[in-house]
Amino acid sequence: MKKTMIALAMLAFGTVHAQEMVVKIGSSAPLTGAQAHLGKDTENGVRLAIEDANAKGVVVGGKKVKFELVGEDDQADPKQGTAVAQRLVDAGVKAVIGHMNSGTTIPASRIYNQAGIVMISPSATNPTLTQQGFENVFRVMAHDGKQGPAAAKFALSKLGKKVAVIDDRSAYGQGLADEFEKAVKAGGGTVTTREFTTDKATDFMTILTKVKSQNPDVIFFGGMDPQGGPMVKQVKQLGIEAKFLMGDGGCTPELIKLAGDAIKEGSAFCTQPGVPLEQLPDQNFKARFLKRFNAEVQAYSPYAYDATLTVIDAMKTAGSVEPAKYLPALKKIQHKGVTGMIKFDEKGDLKDGAITVYAFKAGKWEPLK
Amino acid sequence: MDELVRIVPYFGTHNPKVARAIVLALILVAPILALGIGPAWVRILDFALLYVMLAVGLNLVVGFAGLLDLGYIAFYAVGAYTWAFLASPHFGVHLPFWIVLPLGAGFAALAGVILGFPVLRLRGDYLAIVTLGFGEIVRIFMNNLNHPINITNGPQGINMLDSLHIFGWDVSRRIVITDSFSINSLLLYYYVFLAFVTLSVILVQRLQVSRIGRAWAAIRDDDLAAKAVGINVRNCKLLAFAMGATFGGVAGGLFGAFQGFVSPESFSLMESIIVLAMVVFGGMGNIGGVIIGALLLSWLPEVLRSYAVPMQTALFGQVLLDPEILRMLVYALALIFMMLLRPSGLMPAHSRYSRPDLVLANKRVGP
Amino acid sequence: METLLQQIINGLVVGSMYALVALGYTMVYGILGLINFAHGDILMIGALVALQAITFAQHTWPHLGALPTLAFGLVVAVPVSMLMGYVIERAAYRRLRNAPRLAPLITAIGVSFLLQTIAMIVWGRNYYSFPQLISTTPLQPVKGVYIAPVQIVILIVSAVLMAALIVLVNKTRIGRAMRATAENHRIASLMGVDANAIISLTFVIGSGLAAIAGVMIASNYGIAHSTMGTLPGLKAFTAAVLGGIGNLGGAMLGGILLGLVESIGAGYIEQFSFGFFNSSYQDIFAFVILGVVLVFRPTGLLGERVADRA
Repeated sequence: MKKTMIALAMLAFGTVHAQEMVVKIGSSAPLTGAQAHLGKDTENGVRLAIEDANAKGVVVGGKKVKFELVGEDDQADPKQGTAVAQRLVDAGVKAVIGHMNSGTTIPASRIYNQAGIVMISPSATNPTLTQQGFENVFRVMAHDGKQGPAAAKFALSKLGKKVAVIDDRSAYGQGLADEFEKAVKAGGGTVTTREFTTDKATDFMTILTKVKSQNPDVIFFGGMDPQGGPMVKQVKQLGIEAKFLMGDGGCTPELIKLAGDAIKEGSAFCTQPGVPLEQLPDQNFKARFLKRFNAEVQAYSPYAYDATLTVIDAMKTAGSVEPAKYLPALKKIQHKGVTGMIKFDEKGDLKDGAITVYAFKAGKWEPLK
Repeated sequence: MDELVRIVPYFGTHNPKVARAIVLALILVAPILALGIGPAWVRILDFALLYVMLAVGLNLVVGFAGLLDLGYIAFYAVGAYTWAFLASPHFGVHLPFWIVLPLGAGFAALAGVILGFPVLRLRGDYLAIVTLGFGEIVRIFMNNLNHPINITNGPQGINMLDSLHIFGWDVSRRIVITDSFSINSLLLYYYVFLAFVTLSVILVQRLQVSRIGRAWAAIRDDDLAAKAVGINVRNCKLLAFAMGATFGGVAGGLFGAFQGFVSPESFSLMESIIVLAMVVFGGMGNIGGVIIGALLLSWLPEVLRSYAVPMQTALFGQVLLDPEILRMLVYALALIFMMLLRPSGLMPAHSRYSRPDLVLANKRVGP
Repeated sequence: METLLQQIINGLVVGSMYALVALGYTMVYGILGLINFAHGDILMIGALVALQAITFAQHTWPHLGALPTLAFGLVVAVPVSMLMGYVIERAAYRRLRNAPRLAPLITAIGVSFLLQTIAMIVWGRNYYSFPQLISTTPLQPVKGVYIAPVQIVILIVSAVLMAALIVLVNKTRIGRAMRATAENHRIASLMGVDANAIISLTFVIGSGLAAIAGVMIASNYGIAHSTMGTLPGLKAFTAAVLGGIGNLGGAMLGGILLGLVESIGAGYIEQFSFGFFNSSYQDIFAFVILGVVLVFRPTGLLGERVADRA
């Protein structure tokens, strides 16, 4: 079996070699299901980067290289994530930009590690991803270990010292809420109550009543917008005066829609890794993206774009498209991307990743400065 | 085995020996054929074998003993978490598989008995709903036992689980014979899983025709009558729960080793229902049918994934039905139509002690 | 003190929503002895259909006013759900009426899945914001204790519906036929009761109740989506068993009790267990209660003892 594959590869190599070398780059994100809009956005970021690189013409080790996108759908499901990872490995990709969710990225990273393929996640923010000791795993977004403290710093300095923390018992919500709680305690604030719900719940009256009895200044919810919206409503229904703060799971127009008239200016905030779109160093990106895909940038496409070009940059520097060869170059890379300077620390995390705080204002999330 | 042999076209009825050889050869060659399409398909086969094991175990409870268990995945979870506790850096314990797997099976059996005791008196629908609750309770505990003491690492799950080492040989590493020829680890897992599945199937087959198996059939068909002829209904039911759970536990351990990562969301109610659909689809009480049901229902969604999306894009220019939705549709329709049209499943049972079709049709069993 | 009072109110509101759903469960179970797993999903379809109708009404007649718009939503959603209940009973359950319990139960699980899938195909997986046509601005009956008008409406609606059902079952001709069918549908048909029609009617009424419950739940939380029926369905079933399944008053009692246990339990479990348990175990209460009730009092709090053989 292996032999035929080698033969096939030789055949392919033999024919293409004359003109140019085709290098496949994988992308994995949920393209169907509830998060399809975000997944599509991520994949389009990779697509735009590859088209740009091909248009410019990239030469690696003296050979002209044509990049090709292999897009897969992981449905934001860990089990599908590993299956998709295997498929990308089968397809012979030289790098993977993905996955989008932490839950799928962590089990998938193990497969890429075994296959020796470089993986850069544009958006998985769970700290454990880069703590597994995998050489080949990177990300271009600040992780929750940074977002939690940033949110805590904002809460303590601007909103108040008494903080109630709620999480939705999902990998994302719990991870972020734990980091937030730690940072609040370290920053001299008090956590009045730590409450829990689920990522399928709609009734939060009981836990909010408990939160209210301790009279906090801020309620922090680690979770997603389908719960965040109704929670904002119930905060109002119980006559709670505390400010409401969420992580990036709440930084969506969806949350504003679901919270309806319960969300008030100056009382709802959220934090998100990265620079706000209006403040991207490269202002052209948004317009070019819109022109190419006839769709607005949702969230992660600039990061996916940067991750792709960073890998290509590393290939150029190392003069090889083989992951084992360009990995050292990637570790030392300094790539000027549309979201800022991309460079990695020893774990593969982005150095100096920015976190932006947004406030609800005039019907949308406005970045605070 | 005989049931599988019988479905081979032509030879199945004309020349069982040839049919047997065909089935055996197919089982052995399947992963190599799948590798031809791509290792991803071997991975799917590996998962299919795990599902076969689960389905065989659930079949023992539902098909043989007639106890509808909607929380079966809890035992799978117990097995997987046992592997995670005893063979991962989480507690820094790395025990070999021949300790962990039996322990996982044992814990699962214990869980089965714990579940079984209070629900012995319940029947039918009450039993179903309480077992469903049990499954949820197990999942909720796994999701929350990271506080005040971190036992399960909560929703983050446990990562970096040890792979299967069989006497020093790591199954997850490819065997390199020469530089250009090596055997993919997915293939190795296939044969390891196949060995476990074969063992379980033989065990279950022997059980079915044993004294215990006959007692289960009697309880399923009429438990008062069973009691009247001197069967210890309580012990038999407990045994069914425990034995069924054992298979779940072993499969869970293998899953943990294979996937290398366990988290509570892998053990949702949906998974219990998927396994139930496999059992029902193939034919309750019929081992061959259940195997076919599990294989079909774990392959079909993947086939749908690979072909339905490109086909829809080609036909309509967009994806109208998510593969995930198609998958749910398949499971839902399998449950409904099998019960309405073929209550005995794809392959009706032939064995004397496994005729749930007759029971379901409310006919008299036997002469 | 305010906190405890508030938790009791929370429990009562949640409990009456459970009761509303449990009434449908208990009716169907009382007559057929079947757990209609799909009941929660009919609730979801009812809510989503109502959402569609309300959105339509808001666009077409923007000056209709809040309550007539809501009424229009109900007028559309209730018959649609009733039709759905009728079709499900006719197509899926009737053929299995004489089969042992396992077969209709598995079918019911399949139907529940099918309804969710259909909802996902029609409405996607998005969470929709449901117009809150009954005010959610809280009132303060006691200082520091809040209750919104929509919650009061839910309390009243569930009590009224329960009373109406009790009257229907105990005082009318149809009710007598229902009770006869519940006792033994073969003998009932011998006595001149059209058992099939009565069973269909029960399903239709149960499904209509589910639609009302769905609209109430969606109005309270201001949200509707394709899996919103699963959890209330399970909890309401627990409530029905707790109260004594088949007993309408029991469904109400069980619902309210379960709601109270959940809110007071989740509110105070941390103190009681010295910090070992916390509100993350809120969803366990229902299942634990269910197990305990079934083991020690299988007929529930108000249930009558039924014969062992089914």
